[in-house]
Amino acid sequence: MTSLADKPSISLSRIAIYAVLILAVLLYLVPLVVMLLTSFKTPEDISTGNLLSWPTVVSGIGWVKAWATVNGYFWNSIKITVPAVLISTAIGALNGYVLSMWRFRGSQLFFGLLLFGCFLPFQTVLLPASFTLGKMGLASTTTGLVFIHVVYGLAFTTLFFRNYYVSIPDALVKAARLDGAGFFTIFRRIILPMSTPIIMVCLIWQFTQIWNDFLFGVVFSSGDSQPITVALNNLVNTSTGAKEYNVDMAAAMIAGLPTLLVYVVAGKYFVRGLTAGAVKG
Amino acid sequence: MATLELRNVNKTYGAGLPDTLKNIELSIKDGEFLILVGPSGCGKSTLMNCIAGLETITGGAIMIGDQDVSGMSPKDRDIAMVFQSYALYPTMSVRENIEFGLKIRKMSQAAIDEEVARVAKLLQIEHLLNRKPGQLSGGQQQRVAMGRALARRPKIYLFDEPLSNLDAKLRVEMRTEMKLMHQRLKTTTVYVTHDQIEAMTLGDKVAVMKDGIIQQFGTPKEIYNDPANLFVASFIGSPPMNFIPLRLQRKDGRLLALLDSGQARCELPMSMQDAGLEDREVILGLRPEQITLASGEGNGLPSIKAEVQVTEPTGPDTLVFVNLNDTKVCCRLAPDVAPQVGETVTLQFDPAKVLLFDAKTGERLGTAGAPKAEAHSANVAQFKGR
Amino acid sequence: MSSVAVFSKASPFDALQRWLPKLVLAPSMFIVLVGFYGYILWTFVLSFTTSTFLPNYKWAGLAQYARLFDNDRWWVASKNLALFGGLFIGITLVIGVLLAVFLDQRIRREGFIRTIYLYPMALSMIVTGTAWKWLLNPGMGLDKLLRDWGWEGFRLDWLIDPDRVVYCLVIAAVWQASGFIMAMFLAGLRGVDQSIIRAAQIDGASMPTIYWKVVLPSLRPVFFSAVMILAHIAIKSFDLVAAMTAGGPGYSSDLPAMFMYSFTFSRGQMGMGSASAILMLGAILAIIVPYLYSELRTKRHD
Repeated sequence: MTSLADKPSISLSRIAIYAVLILAVLLYLVPLVVMLLTSFKTPEDISTGNLLSWPTVVSGIGWVKAWATVNGYFWNSIKITVPAVLISTAIGALNGYVLSMWRFRGSQLFFGLLLFGCFLPFQTVLLPASFTLGKMGLASTTTGLVFIHVVYGLAFTTLFFRNYYVSIPDALVKAARLDGAGFFTIFRRIILPMSTPIIMVCLIWQFTQIWNDFLFGVVFSSGDSQPITVALNNLVNTSTGAKEYNVDMAAAMIAGLPTLLVYVVAGKYFVRGLTAGAVKG
Repeated sequence: MATLELRNVNKTYGAGLPDTLKNIELSIKDGEFLILVGPSGCGKSTLMNCIAGLETITGGAIMIGDQDVSGMSPKDRDIAMVFQSYALYPTMSVRENIEFGLKIRKMSQAAIDEEVARVAKLLQIEHLLNRKPGQLSGGQQQRVAMGRALARRPKIYLFDEPLSNLDAKLRVEMRTEMKLMHQRLKTTTVYVTHDQIEAMTLGDKVAVMKDGIIQQFGTPKEIYNDPANLFVASFIGSPPMNFIPLRLQRKDGRLLALLDSGQARCELPMSMQDAGLEDREVILGLRPEQITLASGEGNGLPSIKAEVQVTEPTGPDTLVFVNLNDTKVCCRLAPDVAPQVGETVTLQFDPAKVLLFDAKTGERLGTAGAPKAEAHSANVAQFKGR
Repeated sequence: MSSVAVFSKASPFDALQRWLPKLVLAPSMFIVLVGFYGYILWTFVLSFTTSTFLPNYKWAGLAQYARLFDNDRWWVASKNLALFGGLFIGITLVIGVLLAVFLDQRIRREGFIRTIYLYPMALSMIVTGTAWKWLLNPGMGLDKLLRDWGWEGFRLDWLIDPDRVVYCLVIAAVWQASGFIMAMFLAGLRGVDQSIIRAAQIDGASMPTIYWKVVLPSLRPVFFSAVMILAHIAIKSFDLVAAMTAGGPGYSSDLPAMFMYSFTFSRGQMGMGSASAILMLGAILAIIVPYLYSELRTKRHD
């Protein structure tokens, strides 16, 4: 703000504003640029050059090695994320529909209890959850992780849909009831067709949350069932052998690309999810 | 089409909470237009939802025709409703909106098409059938909402403040159109509004509600001329009835109300001679249009001089405000005879038209038993004869 | 008319319709009661037992909590959380607000700039940690870059300095979250009534004064939300530590979430791990209960 206050002329202060904004753009981009540059360098380039030096040889070896190491885990992440996202979104939509349009005695209390789940530090449920998964025979399986992500994603998915649906006028449901439509008909014919934006928000939110999860992944999986984040962490933090930073960075890019891609394609919904999920808390 | 009868209907949202509806008794004939009117929170919308079956009643019975529908779900009651917000399904076209209820009722597509065509023609919305509600103006949405109700050909139509989202001009137009429509179709209709002009103009019968209780149920004329209590008297009529608190006195055996304008005093003879009214705190009610300028001498009506404080010309007539008994009193006068501010005018009114209310309970006084309209004219005649 | 038996005439279809909302919500209710509150209670119980590698239910009273408070590593983790949380929340807020205010000045290509500020939020903390671990690598990262660029005396070895390693976590976390805070405040700024700004301009206030005295104070609810969210992120921070430092050097960059994980799952100290989880829950509650209370109260006023 001082930069604004000190400038008497409007054009000068505008130049200062643009300078700050552009500098910030560069700073925010540095890690991504460094990751990309490093991932295409040879180990020799890495040790002789610096972070932002251009590779003397553009080499895909880092990406090839990284993919060979993490591709199995990449598919694990997909096997976990896709069903968990779809199931938790579907349940969230139905829950939100009930909580906003078919309230009954106690439903508000339930919503309050569920809301707390958005803040729950998962450390307090890790042990019992792992005992339960063990009892169900789902320990260290991707199915177990799907289950866990659905359960602990419910709070947010329900919140999204409930907050979206409370803004739909009650009269719509009343009119449909008078027209003779029942609970599911109203949901399918009236409410769901109106829900496209919030479905997008919820899908994208859940996708980034679950894809980026590390805590559940590291606790509830082992070996072949690990998601990509856990595999990446293992790769980067193994102390055996010489560090291959190009491989590390390529692996980090592989782990980050799906969510980055979603962000670039559907950024509008991503931001809405962030603010809706966060501000509404 | 059918009759509608509410028998001692009650509604509470739980023990300990105040009753939302208390002992509602109403009945209307086949084809009648019933208005439920009252301020917001009076229970009129709840009552309508109960008739629709969107809320369950906790006591009494709702009869449509000969059938007790109290326990039935909305879809089995054979009613249709038009909402204040229209509640059009936003993702469906106008045609799909109208068809929706018919399709759920498994009507054949041929019959549906015929019905949609009939309704669209009736409401002149044929050119809108393929549009989405979002592309329509408020007035057009209103027509579609009515079309959706008409297509079902239900026994009873329910209207929940259907005109209140329209701008003033369109509201008046649609009001006339609704009246025309009702005269043509002769459908049993329940219409909720907080607008007393809609209540007066549209209804065959009006139920004025407050605090979940029906204050008065009757024809618009009865409600206007013969309000049951202070609330009804104040709620119906625009500009509202004047209320002057005072104490009745007996002098020479006659019951008198003393009006004092600061300029002059007037002893107003009261026609109701019932015992027990003297020395009682009452509120005297007088409609603005019942006050006239004194025209010459000798018509025998009591008159009072007062200074004009404010005038408000509205076009067809001019509202003139004077002070009587420290109360601002409104007189509705023809513009060509309206006085100027500061002028002293002589006002007259027929004492027989004056209404009296108990200052504490607001109940109407001096109407015990007798048919009121007749009693009044008799009194006037008697007074004039003197 | 009798007031009873209103429901008796309902058909089976109607009865089903009446129960459907409850039926649909029932599984979620079960999950929430068991999976959220039941499990918290279970962890709470475990924190009062002597559980080590396997759970047992031998009563230990407050012994696990006593051990926790005697544990130097727990204190390091707690102090780190206070330092990390304080710096992270403070710096993120300042940067976020500043960028939001600047971006609100009818900037060309605003959408593009916003996209750049916000992309780190789409990344996993593991990816962020990996990237910053490399950037902060002593000898090869920024350390070397700035010396190559001519700043001869530049040294950046915080990642291996036990006294400074927490700052590395702060840098990475700020990079990740500040764009999000910017987005929150930008949304808030867009919601500010423009006539207020015009009125202040007519009163002769300069733009910085208008922002400082009029606009930002009206965004108080956004400040509260932002602080709450950032505190929540700080307390739950686990992946970032795991990827960047794994708690090291030694345990100098430990945070409670990391402590809980390693004692519970690596070192077989379930009782003590549970006790630390319960304390984390306490910290979260201390933040969100006042927040939720004020939120609910203001909503009632609406």
